[in-house]
Amino acid sequence: MKYAGLLVLPAGFFLSIAAIVLYAAPGPRAAFVLCGLAVEGLGLVVAVRGHMEARGEDN
Amino acid sequence: MSPVLAPIAPASAGPVITEAAFALCLVLLLLAPLAIAGVALINTGLGRSRSAAQALLGNLAIVAVAAIVFALVGATFTGLADGAGHTFHLAGKPWNWLGTGPWLLGGLGTWGAQSQLALLFEFLAVALAALVPWGSGADRLRLTAGCAIGAVLAAIVFPLLAHWVWAGGWLAQLGVNFSLGSGFLDPGGAASIHVLGGLSALAVVWIAGSRKGKFPKEGFSTALPGHNAVYILFGCLLALVGWLAFNVAGALLWLHAPLSALAGTALGTLLAASGALAATFTVTRIRFGKPDASLCANGWLAGLVASNGCAALVTPVQALFIGVIAGIATPLLVEVLELAVSVDDPSGAISVHATGGLLGLVAAGIFSPQTGQLVAQLVGIATLFGVILPFVYLLFWVLNRFVPFRVDPDGERIGMDLHELGGGAYPEFVIHRDESYR
Repeated sequence: MKYAGLLVLPAGFFLSIAAIVLYAAPGPRAAFVLCGLAVEGLGLVVAVRGHMEARGEDN
Repeated sequence: MSPVLAPIAPASAGPVITEAAFALCLVLLLLAPLAIAGVALINTGLGRSRSAAQALLGNLAIVAVAAIVFALVGATFTGLADGAGHTFHLAGKPWNWLGTGPWLLGGLGTWGAQSQLALLFEFLAVALAALVPWGSGADRLRLTAGCAIGAVLAAIVFPLLAHWVWAGGWLAQLGVNFSLGSGFLDPGGAASIHVLGGLSALAVVWIAGSRKGKFPKEGFSTALPGHNAVYILFGCLLALVGWLAFNVAGALLWLHAPLSALAGTALGTLLAASGALAATFTVTRIRFGKPDASLCANGWLAGLVASNGCAALVTPVQALFIGVIAGIATPLLVEVLELAVSVDDPSGAISVHATGGLLGLVAAGIFSPQTGQLVAQLVGIATLFGVILPFVYLLFWVLNRFVPFRVDPDGERIGMDLHELGGGAYPEFVIHRDESYR
């Protein structure tokens, strides 16, 4: 789970980069950059959840 | 005392720094190590007494290792302020991704004033960034592991990010290439120092795991409070001087701010920290009945970190508002990380440095009058999470195979001081048996 989340993070980054390359208009550009950040947010949540599953193992 | 609100030229295209600005910037950078001293004291105070000497020695050693490695390797990949670097072309635009500075600081005396000051700023910045994960790994991170982490950050990760942000890299060029304001702006190091440090801290905590007894399999997490509130709070006062220096020097170096804008930047820094402290004080008083000293210190520091991203770009009153937001968010996030998601971060580095830095970077975009500046800031943030966090995690995961991060269980039981140094920071203290080991 942790690694899956960490792999999703670059996907969000590339979405943000694609937004600034493909769109010139400020509206769609901003919207797609926000989508990229949302994908990164999902990846972070998955990675954090992966860490939570390990709770108690080291204790 | 207005902030730098006019469109900002990238450093490579900026005017040559004047003699007065050079002298002022140099003096400020000589004060900036107080930020390092403050963070070192805070890291030490928030750990346990049986690990205090190892914690403070670790802070010193990490600063030393980061400086040496940055001089040998990192400074080359960061590149000079003139923006020269390795570039590839994509979609008809140049993407400058790696600096090409001289090896081993060659020809330093012949560099321009701007490049020399930028180098000094970067040395101090990398030392501060490398300290942040050390605080999060307190009480279980081995000294050699802390130094290795500092070396990796100074050799690879910080140079990449610093080049992208400060040395004419692709993030700095977002304004020129994609009409996004003045490109990604990070005058005080909110991204290159603090978000990098905070995300590195998260990676360290994930890899090293929590302290023994922190998260029992059943019930709530165990409170392991810092051992010296005086260190923590005095560290906050020291840090203020260093942060003022970083923010004002950063405004001069990276934004080419006029001298008339510097007092506003300093005031913004102070007000952001003050607003954050007042907010954290209030939140913890409401939440726990009494203000919490260590959380108030975290709030103060979060306000300072947020000011790194925006103090030179917003008015002092706006900085105060941003500080209040940081001060409200910090204690709540510390609680969420510990209680809800089981992240054992003794120094609160993830909440303070990562979140405070992000807040400052976003605020710089929100309050900017320039079209596209907010999008530039968001692209920078997407880079931090989408590239830097996975990259740092991968590097640390590999590093952990060769230099194990975590001390053995016996070392954690007797304390890092006795285990790694053979003597305690407070030899007159009786070391009690840890109740969590029953």
